[in-house]
Amino acid sequence: MAPAPPATAAGPSLVETLFQRSLDDLVKSLRADPSAAGESAAVARALSEIHREIRAADAATKAVALQKLTYLSSLHFAPVASHPLAFPAIELLASPHLPHKRLAYLAASLSLHPASLSLLPLATHQLHKDLSPSASSAAAHRHVSALALQLLASPAAAAAPDLAIHLAHDLVPHLSRGCPRAIAAASRVIASSPSAAVPVLFKPLAACLASPDPRASTAAAAAFCDLSAPPADAAPFLPLAPDLYNLLTTSRSNWALIKVLKVFARLAPLESRLAARIVDPVCQLLTRSAAMSLTFECIRTVLTALPAHDAAVRLAIGKAKEFLAAEDDPNLRYLGFLALGMIGPSYASTVHDCRDVIAQSLGDADSNIRREALHLMMGMVDENNVMDIAGMLVSHAAKSDPEFANEILGAVLAACGRNVYELVEDFDWYASLLADMARSLHCAQGDEIGRQLVDVALRVHDARPELVRSARTLLIDPALLGNHFLCPVLSAAAWISGEYVQFSKDPVELVEALLQPRTSLLPMSVRAVYIHAVFKIITFCFSMYVERLDNSSEAVDAVFDDLAVDQSVGEERNVAHVSGEEQGIRPISVEKDPVSGEEKGIRTHTVEKDPFSHESILYMINLIQTTLGPLVECNEVEVQERARNLIGFIHLAREIQELKERKVNGDKNSRVKELVVTVRAIFCQELGPVSANAQKNVVPPDGLVLENLAELTNIVSEDDTTPSTSVVFHPRSCHSAEVRDEPAVSIGSSSLSEHRKRHGLFYLPTGKAEDEANDYPHANDPLLPASDETVIDDKFKTIEPVLAGKKIKSTKSRPKVVKLDGEDFLSTMVANASVPKEDPLSGAVRGVLLTRDAKPSSSQNVSVIMSEGMLNKTGTCESSSQWMEKRESDLGGDPTSSSRTNKHRDKKKGTDLPEIDGNESRKHRSSSRSGRRQGKHKHRERSSTQPDIVPQAPVIQDFLL
Amino acid sequence: MAWQLHAVLWLLSELEEIGNCAHDHHTVTPLFCRQIHFVLLISRQGKVRLTKWYTPYQQKQKAKTKPLVPLDFLEKVIKEVSALVLDRGPKMCNFVDWQGYRVVYKRYASLYFCMCIDPTDNELETLQIIHHYVEILDRYFGNVCELDLIFNFHKAYFILDEVLIAGELQESNKKAVLRLVTAQDAMVEAAKEEASSLSNIIAQATK
Repeated sequence: MAPAPPATAAGPSLVETLFQRSLDDLVKSLRADPSAAGESAAVARALSEIHREIRAADAATKAVALQKLTYLSSLHFAPVASHPLAFPAIELLASPHLPHKRLAYLAASLSLHPASLSLLPLATHQLHKDLSPSASSAAAHRHVSALALQLLASPAAAAAPDLAIHLAHDLVPHLSRGCPRAIAAASRVIASSPSAAVPVLFKPLAACLASPDPRASTAAAAAFCDLSAPPADAAPFLPLAPDLYNLLTTSRSNWALIKVLKVFARLAPLESRLAARIVDPVCQLLTRSAAMSLTFECIRTVLTALPAHDAAVRLAIGKAKEFLAAEDDPNLRYLGFLALGMIGPSYASTVHDCRDVIAQSLGDADSNIRREALHLMMGMVDENNVMDIAGMLVSHAAKSDPEFANEILGAVLAACGRNVYELVEDFDWYASLLADMARSLHCAQGDEIGRQLVDVALRVHDARPELVRSARTLLIDPALLGNHFLCPVLSAAAWISGEYVQFSKDPVELVEALLQPRTSLLPMSVRAVYIHAVFKIITFCFSMYVERLDNSSEAVDAVFDDLAVDQSVGEERNVAHVSGEEQGIRPISVEKDPVSGEEKGIRTHTVEKDPFSHESILYMINLIQTTLGPLVECNEVEVQERARNLIGFIHLAREIQELKERKVNGDKNSRVKELVVTVRAIFCQELGPVSANAQKNVVPPDGLVLENLAELTNIVSEDDTTPSTSVVFHPRSCHSAEVRDEPAVSIGSSSLSEHRKRHGLFYLPTGKAEDEANDYPHANDPLLPASDETVIDDKFKTIEPVLAGKKIKSTKSRPKVVKLDGEDFLSTMVANASVPKEDPLSGAVRGVLLTRDAKPSSSQNVSVIMSEGMLNKTGTCESSSQWMEKRESDLGGDPTSSSRTNKHRDKKKGTDLPEIDGNESRKHRSSSRSGRRQGKHKHRERSSTQPDIVPQAPVIQDFLL
Repeated sequence: MAWQLHAVLWLLSELEEIGNCAHDHHTVTPLFCRQIHFVLLISRQGKVRLTKWYTPYQQKQKAKTKPLVPLDFLEKVIKEVSALVLDRGPKMCNFVDWQGYRVVYKRYASLYFCMCIDPTDNELETLQIIHHYVEILDRYFGNVCELDLIFNFHKAYFILDEVLIAGELQESNKKAVLRLVTAQDAMVEAAKEEASSLSNIIAQATK
């Protein structure tokens, strides 16, 4: 073709051809400017140049351009979309000139872009020509066919299955020659288009296994190792066992042996006699071999596929321990840990023997080894050693780098919290461990620690005193307040010390801790919890105080006089505060200093003796008023509302007192008492974890559209399922959603209850279920009115025997852990069942705080909204998990159905069975056609269609003998 | 048929997930299980010196979702792997877990040779393959250095193709590999000389 004007417009001129930049020039220009901008500019310039050159009629120019383009696309990720590699490559494949052909094949096998791949079938004819015997010299032909085979084995060809189908027949002569390249290409072709390739290629490929040429047999072993790899079903390869066995016993090549072992590791679980057969050779390899790679493969094979052969397993474990002992080789140590991780539960004791080594490796320089060691350590944990191991790990976390420290803490939390704390025997220990973890140097697991603190408190009654003690140590430490990772922990601690204040030795100290100045560092949501805890504590102290007054009525007058005197201060402050709403907080702050000085005096003298004395109550009230006064105008509604509740309560207590001052009558006493008892009653109701079924009891409000949940599934399933919220009660309900997914294991419950737990949906509501429905509050409606007085009485009694109870418990075995849906839990809860129909806190507060009747209803709204949110959440969670399950079963969890369809198709002589499962039976059939296996055809046909391996047992035995 | 469709869709969604969330583990599922998924040579500075992929992947576009550009994906993979590998100290083991795979790497002078395998594959064997390849390169180039590979990238590929095919070791005999490669080179050189004679160039240009 002459360089006519249109051609010059498209292609390069003669001059350009003569002075074309070579690859060396291109590389040099790229290296001239190492900066990113310079490089990308050079790439862009080169690309535009190549774009012209590659259209040249001259093959040499084209070849150089193609080489440059290959370089750019494979190493610089040049955007080859506009310059598909494949087309010029395919043109050059036909070149008779070997250098061009070689470059073209390289370019084609490296091309990965779909635009290129779609063009590859155009090369079918050329590949066919290159694979067939030609007139050219033997060496050149071998080289050309090697290049063609190379292309067929590349991922590019696998992406173009048509190519493979048409060329399958051309591979056969190369296979029978035993060419390793052809074997690799054949396995790739079979994998990419099994239905067409298996009948043609499987038999010659299987023959290669028995080839006397070690290269061929090695390559064939590798090919079958690939073909039988997990996504595919290994069962159809069972008939190859004799040849593989032969290879296992005779081959001298470590590569081949490793591959054969891998195949056997997949086949042995399918056929126990095969396992028995290979144990001896594997053990011999294990003892004899000097190559670590082969030794490790033997260990892996024995541990994963031959767990029933005790001697072999012990030998393998012994070798694995040798790996662990390799001080100077981190690779071997890492693999030794991996091997220990494969050991089944029946040999768990051998892992325990290595505990020292493992513990030592927790401090290894290599994060991989550390992680494996941690993994093994966690695998060892049982109820007997959990205290040792967890304690050791937590102290180790303090010495580790932040990332690994948090991995350790996370692992400990996950292990101890597993299955509703089934490993934890001693909850006092666990409570202090949680507090230790929170104080650990790099702790960033605040969320989980906080969740578990609250969860343990709700579930384990006996752990509460210790939890309150741990919470106290956390709360009084001002240093912890600045650490934002610990906010959830502090929030949980505040909630615990408020909710279970009756176990506290010194409520006054708690109030001080909760109101300390540094609490201003906390986020508002946590501050709200703090204030609410103060509310609970002060209520409790008041009620104790009032109760005591009942007992000693002679002291009443004196005490109330004092209260009344103090009232003047409080009243003044209230007035100042009410009027100061516009002016800011100045009047209060002015007044603060002398009062607090006075308070300090009281505190030091009398309060420490008795937290429920009149002085300490006064002290607390004053402290609350000075600290929370400013917060009444806080911008954060949660904080503001709680501060106002508390201030209002105190105010009310004093106002009633004021009434008493005017009319001296015993009746007033009872009004204070009435107030205190009412408010106290609100907080006395036992809180429990929310049942997983509680959600079902929430009636969806009118107008809530639930049909669109399916659309939300995709969005929600990927996100974290825990909704973010500022309310401390939340973790509980959130956890109960998780409980559902856990395998249901409960201690001491009958199998019927187990069954009922799993299939709860299919049971008609029994009497108990109904009780449960009434008993459990809505997901976010935790405060119940105390209709059962005995509960309250119990609470009051428990304050005295705190220490006694503790002693009893230490001798007791394991405290009861409340589990949802369990029988034992229901029976305890049925006793104090009540029928809450209304949010009692808002009701009581509305009744008492006349001035602020708007707020409670708003909080009620919040809870309604939240329960709606939870409803959505659980709904979508469930559907997403179902969706996942479905997806899994679609993928491969259902071998019977897919093989059934295969069988069906075989009968119909269907021609295309393009995917993996479909081809297994094909392979199988063709292998069974091969010579000596003729007689067993039917047996194996059935065996491939049934996952049940029993019928094929005699067949295998025949082959092996 | 339905099963296949599901599987294909699932694989596609997996691939897209790789594109979207790199930190989600165990998202990558190869279409076929290979000994080695890819080979990667990177310099100490993170420059790519050789890439070879043995795991095929399909790219089809689902409606609505953003199509995954394969080269972007590969680049991302390389970035992640090289960040992991370059970060490791000298006395650590030669294996890194990445996205549910295991990357076996070894440093030779300024170059890191990385091979990505399945976690169930044999790490030590892969390490031997790397060493095998490096030794062959060394003999071929005569004390190989990074520049040899930069300027002769195609030769590095040709040698790799003799050592590994479809992610499997082909030839464990170093001399045999070298013999083959030099024979091919000789053949190519002979053909080149024949083609590069002056008369040939003129004939080609004025054709």
